[in-house]
Amino acid sequence: MSDDTRATIRQFICGRFPSVSISDTDDIFAIGVATSLFAMELVIFVENTFGFQVPNEELEMANFRSVEAIAALVARQSATVAGGTG
Amino acid sequence: MSAQGRIKCVVWDLDNTLWDGILLEDERVRLRPEMVEVVRRLDERGILNSIASRNDHDVAMRQLADFGVADYFIYPQISWNDKSHSISAVAKLVNIGLDTIAFVDDQPFELAEVGFALPQVLCVPDAEIGARLATPEFTPRFITDESRLRREMYRSAIERDRAEEEYDGANEAFLSTLDMRMTIAPAAEEDLRRAEELTVRTNQLNSTGVTYSYADLDRYRTSPDHLLLVAGLTDRFGGYGKIGLALVETAGEAWRLKLLLMSCRVMSRGVGNVLLGHILGLARDAGRQLEADLVETGRNRLMLITYRFAGFREVRREGQSVVLRADLDRVPEPPAYLTVEYGARS
Repeated sequence: MSDDTRATIRQFICGRFPSVSISDTDDIFAIGVATSLFAMELVIFVENTFGFQVPNEELEMANFRSVEAIAALVARQSATVAGGTG
Repeated sequence: MSAQGRIKCVVWDLDNTLWDGILLEDERVRLRPEMVEVVRRLDERGILNSIASRNDHDVAMRQLADFGVADYFIYPQISWNDKSHSISAVAKLVNIGLDTIAFVDDQPFELAEVGFALPQVLCVPDAEIGARLATPEFTPRFITDESRLRREMYRSAIERDRAEEEYDGANEAFLSTLDMRMTIAPAAEEDLRRAEELTVRTNQLNSTGVTYSYADLDRYRTSPDHLLLVAGLTDRFGGYGKIGLALVETAGEAWRLKLLLMSCRVMSRGVGNVLLGHILGLARDAGRQLEADLVETGRNRLMLITYRFAGFREVRREGQSVVLRADLDRVPEPPAYLTVEYGARS
C-alpha cells in the first residue's frame, strides 16, 4: 500500500510540474518548484484522495515537503483511523 | 446572505432579450437600446454581465461585435446547452456563488428551467429588469474604483489564465514572468470603502469571517492602538486593485492579528503569505510577540493552513475560536517572483 501511496502522490506532484524531474526525497519547496500556495493544494489533494482530514497539529509545511514526507503523514493517519498500535 | 448588493453578475439571453429578433431565423436583429442601457449601468456599478444563449457561437459573437457591445460580456456561454448548464459554467469561471447571479430571458420556459435546476439564481423576465435595477439586490453599498474596473480586471485575468495554461514549467517560474508588484501600506481614508467591500465579499480567505463596517474601519485606521494595512497588486496584464487587508491590535504585550483577508482573485499568487510575512517582521522589529485570531467558519480552512504553514501554533481554543502564536525566529522573506513596496503611515 505504501508504494501505491507514494505513486499516487508522485503522480499528482509531477502532473503539476511536467517539465521538472522530482525524486521522492526532494524538498519541492527548496528546489523552487512549489510555492506556499501549492502546499495548500497538496493538503486538499491528500485529504480528498486518502479520505481523511489532516488534523491541525499535522498541518505543517514539513509534512508536505516531499513525496516521502506526505506518504509518512498518510501512513500515520491510516494507522490512527484503523485504530492501530501507533 | 443579505439582499443588499447580492447580485454580482447578470447573465443575459440574446434573441428577443438583448436584441429584437432571432439571429438564425430573421434577416436582421435590432439591438434593444433600453437593454444596452441596463448592461451599461450594471457595468458602472461593478456588476458583471455575461451571456447564456442557445445560438451559433461564432455568428452570435460576430453580431455582438458588430453592435459594439461584445466587450461588456465576460465568459459568454453561447451553445445549444441548457441555460442552467451555461449559468453554472459562468459561476465557476468567475468564481462566484450561484446566489450572486441573476438571469434575464424573455421565454418563460427558460426562466423556469433555470429556476428549477438552480433555485439560488434570481430569474428576471426581460420586461422587468429595468425596474429591478433600483432594488437592493442590484445596488451595491458602495461603488469603489475596483467596482468600476471589475470587468477590466476580469478581462486581464482571462488573458493571464491563458498565459498560465500555455506555460509549461514550475509555478514559481511562471509567476516570475508576470512582473508582479505588490504594495502594502497603512489604510488611507479613500481605501475604506474598498476595505469594507473586501470584508463583505470575501468568505473563503477571511481569517475570522467577521465583516467590518466603514465606521469600524475608520476608527481602527485612526486609532493609535491599531494598524490597518491594505495590500494592492499589479502585473504586466494590468491591476488587480486592492486585494488584501489586515488589522493588528498593537496595544497589548503581544500584538494581535485580528483579521487577515485576501481576495479570491489572488489566491494563486501567494501574496497572502507576503502580507503575513510583513506583519511578522513588524512585530519582531517592535520587540513584541504576535498572536492571531482565527474563527473556523467551515469555509476558511485555507486561512488556518496559511497560519500553520507560516509557523503559527495553536495556543488557545474555545469552540471554533482559535488563538495562534507566531514563531518570530521564522520570518519569511518575500518570494523572488514579486517586488514589494511598503508605504509609510500617513
